[in-house]
Amino acid sequence: MEVRIAVLRIEGTNCEDETVKALRNVGAFAEAVHLKQLYSDMIKEKERRSLRDYNGIVIPGGFSAGDYVRAGAIFSARMRSVLRRDIEEFIREGYPILGICNGFQVLVELGALPGMDEDKPLSEKPEMVLAINNSNRFECRLSYLKHENRGNCIFTGALKKDIVVYPVAHAEGKVTFPSGLESLHINRLVENDQIVFRYVDERGNYAGYPWNPNGSIYNIAGICNITGNVFGLMPHPERAFYAWHHFDYPSEGKESEYGDGKVVFESMVNYIKKL
Amino acid sequence: MIADVYIELKEGVSDPEGESTKKALKLLGFENVKSVSTRKVFRIEIDANSREEAEEEIKQMCEKLLANPVIQRYHITWIS
Repeated sequence: MEVRIAVLRIEGTNCEDETVKALRNVGAFAEAVHLKQLYSDMIKEKERRSLRDYNGIVIPGGFSAGDYVRAGAIFSARMRSVLRRDIEEFIREGYPILGICNGFQVLVELGALPGMDEDKPLSEKPEMVLAINNSNRFECRLSYLKHENRGNCIFTGALKKDIVVYPVAHAEGKVTFPSGLESLHINRLVENDQIVFRYVDERGNYAGYPWNPNGSIYNIAGICNITGNVFGLMPHPERAFYAWHHFDYPSEGKESEYGDGKVVFESMVNYIKKL
Repeated sequence: MIADVYIELKEGVSDPEGESTKKALKLLGFENVKSVSTRKVFRIEIDANSREEAEEEIKQMCEKLLANPVIQRYHITWIS
């Protein structure tokens, strides 16, 4: 299948360009598409798009709608109002959706993540939240992530390393479940193989702040839905796409010109090719 | 009709904004501060036939956008 990926933007998203670049670099046709291009009748004919024009969606990082109300809430409310059925169908048919940072927040508010019910790709109400960081600060630095997925997540299947380094940059990233139901949710996520990345320290041990930048329960940095085709993470793989994005560049023994983040985009594209 | 819609954190949910504000107030010498918590208020002007009708609509707004039920609850205070 020809790979066509839309990187959705609205006012306030700001990582669409590097995300498009990363996707093009791994062989996809990718373009930034404003949400309005998918529904508004005020759009010029040649700029009109439909979700059906694409077989992959990425919701990029940034501060969509100024993070007003809650991070991602307005973007997701707009998606829900105009695209709900289309998105549900998209997920049900197995097409991949990736949400990075603010995009993860959007997918959570949309009810696409944690997405534990195969029959309902979008829940009626949000089932988790990415709450304000425990530090009450914007945390912006490298993070070490341990890959814990056993093969369900289509975005990390090709990952050869146990630990990757992606930067985080967010103020609202603390994975939180309803009070009293935390362990129930964690157990289900583990059972369903929905945990993808967990924050660790430089030696690969689970650790608290600052290694876990936000206080996320179970050190969760990224999760996928039950069918593995919707993936959200707070750290930015597109900011670790090239080797020179990494703090230890140039380091001896590292021949590749690419960094740890490439695998996410590459896996997404390879998955679509096989659909 | 005008309503103030308060969005606040449920019991037991941590409130880092409130906590760090409390810390800053203590540093400024306000020793008597026992706790600080944050809430967000939306003032909404709405056309409706009755207060009940308006309240029903505002509840929908809270459920669809203004509050995330995982950690937040809401209540409405009528201004006029």
